[in-house]
This record gives sequence, structure tokens and C-alpha cells, in this order.
Amino acid sequence: MEFTHQVLQQLVNGISLGSIYALIALGYTMIYGIIKLINFAHGDIYMVGAYIGFYAITQAKLSIVPALLLSFVVTGILGMVVEKLAYKPLRHAPRISVLITAIGVSFFLEYTSMYFVSPTPRTFPAMFGDVAINIGGIVINGQQMLILGITAILMVILTYVVHRTKTGKAMRAASFDTETAQLMGIDSDRIISITFGIGSSLAAVAGVLVGVYYNSIDPLMGIMPGLKAFVAAVLGGIGILPGAVVGGLILGIVEAFVSGFVSSTFRDAAAFAILILVLLFKPTGIFGKNTKEKV
Amino acid sequence: MANELLKATDVSEVFGGLKAVSDFNFHINKGELIGLIGPNGAGKTTAFNLITGVYQPTTGDITFDGKSIVGLKPYQITQRGIARTFQNIRLFAELTVLENVKIAFHFHVKYGLLESVFRVGRYFKEEERIEEEARKLLKIFHLEDKAEELAKNLPYGAQRRLEIARALAAKPKLLLLDEPAAGMNPQETKELMEMIAWIRKEFGLTILLIEHDMSLVMGICERIYVLEYGMIIAQGTPADIKNDPEVIRAYLGGEA
Amino acid sequence: MKYLRKNDCIMLGFAIILFAVLQGLITGRVLSSFWQLNLLIVGINIIMAVSLNLINGYTGQFSLGHAGFMAVGAYVGIVLTTNFHMPFAVALLAGGVAAGFLGFLIGIPTLRLRGDYLAIATLGLGEIIRVVIMNIDYVGGAAGFKGIPHHTNFAWVFFLMLFALFFIKNFVNSNHGRACLAIRENEIAAESMGVNTTKFKVMAFTIGAAFAGVAGGLFAHCFYLVSPNSFTFMQSFNYLIMVVMGGLGSITGSIAGAFVVTFISAALASWPEFRMIIYALALILLMFYRPQGLFGYMEVTNMGILRKIFRKGGRN
Repeated sequence: MEFTHQVLQQLVNGISLGSIYALIALGYTMIYGIIKLINFAHGDIYMVGAYIGFYAITQAKLSIVPALLLSFVVTGILGMVVEKLAYKPLRHAPRISVLITAIGVSFFLEYTSMYFVSPTPRTFPAMFGDVAINIGGIVINGQQMLILGITAILMVILTYVVHRTKTGKAMRAASFDTETAQLMGIDSDRIISITFGIGSSLAAVAGVLVGVYYNSIDPLMGIMPGLKAFVAAVLGGIGILPGAVVGGLILGIVEAFVSGFVSSTFRDAAAFAILILVLLFKPTGIFGKNTKEKV
Repeated sequence: MANELLKATDVSEVFGGLKAVSDFNFHINKGELIGLIGPNGAGKTTAFNLITGVYQPTTGDITFDGKSIVGLKPYQITQRGIARTFQNIRLFAELTVLENVKIAFHFHVKYGLLESVFRVGRYFKEEERIEEEARKLLKIFHLEDKAEELAKNLPYGAQRRLEIARALAAKPKLLLLDEPAAGMNPQETKELMEMIAWIRKEFGLTILLIEHDMSLVMGICERIYVLEYGMIIAQGTPADIKNDPEVIRAYLGGEA
Repeated sequence: MKYLRKNDCIMLGFAIILFAVLQGLITGRVLSSFWQLNLLIVGINIIMAVSLNLINGYTGQFSLGHAGFMAVGAYVGIVLTTNFHMPFAVALLAGGVAAGFLGFLIGIPTLRLRGDYLAIATLGLGEIIRVVIMNIDYVGGAAGFKGIPHHTNFAWVFFLMLFALFFIKNFVNSNHGRACLAIRENEIAAESMGVNTTKFKVMAFTIGAAFAGVAGGLFAHCFYLVSPNSFTFMQSFNYLIMVVMGGLGSITGSIAGAFVVTFISAALASWPEFRMIIYALALILLMFYRPQGLFGYMEVTNMGILRKIFRKGGRN
């Protein structure tokens, strides 16, 4: 029984971690879907979100929900500003130029943050004390409940926005074919901007949740989760929203199992190994469709 | 027939549920100039892609020089002696005209990796030979003064000619031309016709061409195949085709 | 064709004069040890940049894992010199062969991928290499490998760099190199011109990886301690930036890019945060105003007065 118990406990941990990846991956996949850019700066947006949450809680003495909301809004605006300043001027440039710009933006966010908040990690205040529920020996602590709850709420809202609202429909149309969408009267610049806003906001929430979960944040905290969220997006099928969620969860669970049963040093390698396997056997991801270049 | 260069037997190609080409049977004899015509979407380019290995046939067999070429990669088919041009021009845009042609000599060049990086052995001799042959080809296609220009900067008609020159550099036995006159004016088309006839004689080529321009096809082809909805609906000499009721129906619509 | 050989001789002449001057500055202690080290790093970075350019710039395959191959060369090299007391040359060669072989093995499956997917896959592979090294206790794990003999000097770096430059320049100007260019320009057309695209992609990738391995060996023997953290994907980004800054598809550009990036880093070493901020802004502005890089596809042999000395256009 001991083993089953451990498996289930790691599953809980994995789903919590995976929810965070899913939130970041959604932004990645939305942005990739619409402008075909691997936004390397997305992980750093998540980091900025975490710091805004941190200061909201420690300096402004807000409680967790207002802090999340504040981070959600401010980081969303940051995402839109970044898009407007750095990516919009390159709309018709070669892909590699935009990618390099994204790397530049990533460095810029990391090191300006470092300048203002210092490179030393900050400790997030403990929020829940010892709140935890125990189901047959499997512990779900307060932080995990918060993560799961918030993630679930955001997924519902996002699904509603994307499928039921006019903006959401425009987003889907633009990610299917930007040019045709434009011909149909969709203002693609506005849609791209909104996509960056929503994606960044989701990442910010993930940032605050990670702060609460691991208690520690630093200016370079976004690099690895950013890449892994991209892996999650590729795993699910890039550009596909449910794919990002499923990919994030799978990645979180695999990582939890690797660190629980193998060694935590191989955790990062596991994510990339998944990536390579996916790319070799089904590059379009779990939910992706194959397309063939027309000659 | 011993004279057959290319032969397709019962070839079909299915994309998803759609039959792009079906029951495709045709042959080309050595030295012939054959036309493949048909309305838009009839499967002409798909037929080219099947012959050149870009697509693999779902059923059927294609033989070239008596040997099956099904399952070969496009580069292997080119090395067997089939070269092609593309409907939507696919030049090496950022390279010079001369380099475009030199690349097509690729598998005729006889020096190894070490000879190339240390510039010893056959390197200089071979490079000189390629340069000379490439310039000769450019001359034939009136591109010799544009040799150092980037391919993307050529006018449209010149780009089409460069595509043919490049295909010839691969020294094919069979040349496939995918709408060589697309977008050309009547004068250019006429010159192109003469050029095709001339290179065919000069290089001893067999040519299969897809074309929309009826005057070009009727003017130079010896035999014509007509495709509609992926099936061959008629074949014969230009005179036969002109009077074939099926063809008239396919092109002009209505019941025949 | 004779002018090609003549051009090579002229360039070799220039290089030897340059070497004599720089070596003089080092022996005469005109350069501080800080700048001496940076001179070595420039040379190593040039090898990295030009070999990455072969993959990214000339063959058009987007690789983001170059630091991983450097790590392989570095670790193979230091194990051979430190633990087995092999000569430096053997260690460098073995590092290059090992990295090249790994590049070959990795290249066959991954190079089927295109564009962004290939970029992410190579980035992932680079990270996997690093994580694997971190978990090998024999080479010191995450703490790093200590006690490396200080074998790398300016002559080693300079002449291996020169070798790399000539090798890649000649490769690019051969039938093999033209096949790679064709793949970059239009893979389908390249294939239909008889180019075995897989073979040449893997060839470029293998050669690039092998030179990265040699550069890794040189790099590791500059220091007493080397750790896997020197070979993160941030390093791969750095090499990519050198290549893009100089111009994808220009050897002159890679040299210039390696130079500029290394010296900006060195000059701003005392202000680490500012350095990265300036670096980031420079990168973004470069993409806005000169996305083709400083040199585009141009080579120095084609420019201005030098054109007269070297005669005749084309890449040579």
C-alpha cells in the first residue's frame, strides 16, 4: 500500500505543478497560434507577475485574491506594452528577427528586474499556515488547493471568452488564418494585443501561485518554467488551448514522478526528453493535425 | 515496348478521402514531346509530383527506363534522370543566377569532402568544368550577362527560363515542365516554344509539359493527354484532341 | 580558378601578420591578463560562431543547442588531459570527434524537423547534455571539474580558429556547400535538383558540432575549473546572437559578431546588470534597424578596396 500511496501523493503534487505549467503554456500557445512566435520572454512575464504579487502582499498588505487580481491586470498591460513596442514593428520581418527580439526582451525583463529588485531571492510570506486536507493519507495542502481552484476558475473563464465572446471568436479566426481574418474585417492588431494581454495575465497568476507554493521568487525564476511551458504547449499541440492544459498537466505529473522516484536532478532533463520524443514521433502534438506542404 | 522511357500503370493518389488522381495510365517514348492538359484542379501537378517522388502513389507502379521508381526519394529520381521545373517558381532566390545552375550539377561533381575543404585533388578542375558548363547553359537561355545577379532580382520571364536552365544542368533524360509559359506574354511564349523545341533536339531530351496555353501545347506537342478530375479522359495527337467531344465538354462545359 | 588559391595565400599572409602583432602584445605584456583572457575567448567564440553559422546561416537549420556540443568537447578534453595525461592536441581532437559524432547521431532524427520545432528540439538536446553531465560524479557533477591543466594559449586558439575559418569557407564554396545553400533557399527545389537534403543537413550539423567540440576543449583549458553551468542554453543564445548580429551566411559577419559581443561583455564586466540591459537593447534595436546583421550575406573580400586585392566576386 505504501507504494500506491506514494504514487497518488506524487500525482497530487504533479497536478499542482502541472496546473502552473498549464497556465503559462496557455499564453505560449495563444501567442504562437496567432503570430507564430516562440515568445521567449513569456517566462519573464511570469516572473514579473510573481514580483507584483509579492509586493502587493508584503508592501500593500493585500490578501491573496486582490494581489492576484492586481498582478493579473498590471502584467496583462505589461504584456500588451511589450507586444506594441517590441513585436509590432516587426510584424512583417523574418521569423528569426522576431525570435531574436524575443530573446532580447527576455534579457531586458530579467536584468531590469534584477536591477530594481536585486538578484537575491525573496521569500513569499506563508499564506495558509497548516491548512491541509487528508484523504486516506494523501495530503492536499492549502497552496495546492489554491492552485487547483484558481486554475479551474481561469480555465472556465477562458473557455467562455474564447468560445462565446466576439473577441474570442476573432482570436480563433485570426489564429487560424490572420490574413483572411483581416479580410473579414477583424482588426488583427487589436486581437494580437488582446492575446498578449490575456496570455500575460495568465502567466502572472501562475507566477503568484508559484510564489505561494514554493515560497521563493527571484529574477531568473522564469527561464526554466518558461521553456517547460513551451514543451507543454508543443506536447499538447501548439496553438491548441486544451492541448496546452493537457500538456501542462502531463509534464507536471511526469516531473513529480521523476523527482519522487528517480532523482530531482533529472527533473529538467525529463521535460526535454518528452519534448524530443514528441517532436520525433508526433511533431504536431497530441491534439495536432498533420499538414503537408503544397508543392 | 522497348522504346518506353516512362510508364505509369494504374496509378492513383488519395489525399484523405479525396482521389486526386485515379487509374492513371500513360507512357512516354524516348524522344517524344508530350503535353498534359486539363482544367484547374484536374491533378496535373499531382501527376508531376508522383513522377518525381514528392508524393508516393497510393496504388500502381511507375517505371523509368524499365525500372520502378516508386518509393525512391525525389533526389534519387533526379539522379536517375528526371528533372523538373515548378509551377510556382522555386529558384534559390538569394543566390546568384550562376550559383542556381551550379547547384543542379550537384551529383555530377566528382570530388570529396576533403578535396573541397583543402582545395586539393580534383577540386579546381571540377569547379572550372562546372563553371564553364553552367555559363554555356546560361548563354543558351540568354542569361549570360545576368550570371552574377541574384535570382530574385530577375524579371519574371527570365526566372522561368532560369528554372529550365537549372533543370537541364541536372542532365536529365526526361524533362518535366510545369506550366513553363505561365504569366508570359505571347511574344515570350513564342520564343519559349522555339527554345523548348531547340533544347529538345540539342540535348536529345524527352519532354513532358503541363500547360494552360493551348497554342503552345498544340503547336509543339506530338501527343497530348487530357486529365479531368484525376482521370485521363482523352489522348492523341493535337488534331485528335481538338475534335474530341469529351475534351470540348471538359473545357467548355455543358453536355456533349 | 587560380585566383582562389591566390586569395587564400593573401588571407593567410594577413592572418600571420595579425598573429605576430597580437602575440607581440601578449609577450611584451602590453595587454593585461584580463584582456589576454578575452583575446582567447574571442578566438574561441569565433570558432563557435562560424560553426553555428554553417548550420544556421548557410544550411538554414535553426539550431539552439550549440553550447551542448561545446560541453561535450570540453569534458572529453579535460578528462583526457587531467585524468589520462594525454597531449593537448589529442584531447582537442577527441573532443571534436566526440561532439561531431554526437551531432551526427542527434542530427539524423532531429533534422527532419523544421524551423521553430528544430530550434526547440536542439535547445532541449543541449539542456539534456548539460543535465547528464551534471549527474556524472566522475566529472564533478554540478560542482564542476577541478584541476584542469592550463594548456590553452594564444597560438593554439589563433591557429585552430584560422583552421576553422578556412575549413568552413572552403566547404561553403564547394559542391557540398552549394548543396547546403540550396537547402536553405528552398528545400523542395534542392531535393529535385538531386541534392540528398538529409545527408547535407546532417553533414553541416556534424561539422558544426565537431568545431564546437574543439572550441569547448580550448575553452575548458583556459580555466582551473569548468562546470556544466558554463554551457547553458543562454550560452547557445549568445552564439546565435553573434551569428545573427554579424549576418547569417557571412563568415566575416561571424568574426565581427563574436568580436563585438565578447568585447561588449568584457568592457561592461564591472556592471553586470547594466551589461545585460544594454546588450538586450542593442539586440532589439539591431533587429529593428538592421535585421540582416552587420554584414548580411557580404564577405570582406567583396568590399571596397579589398575587392581589388582579392579579385572577383562570389563567396570565396
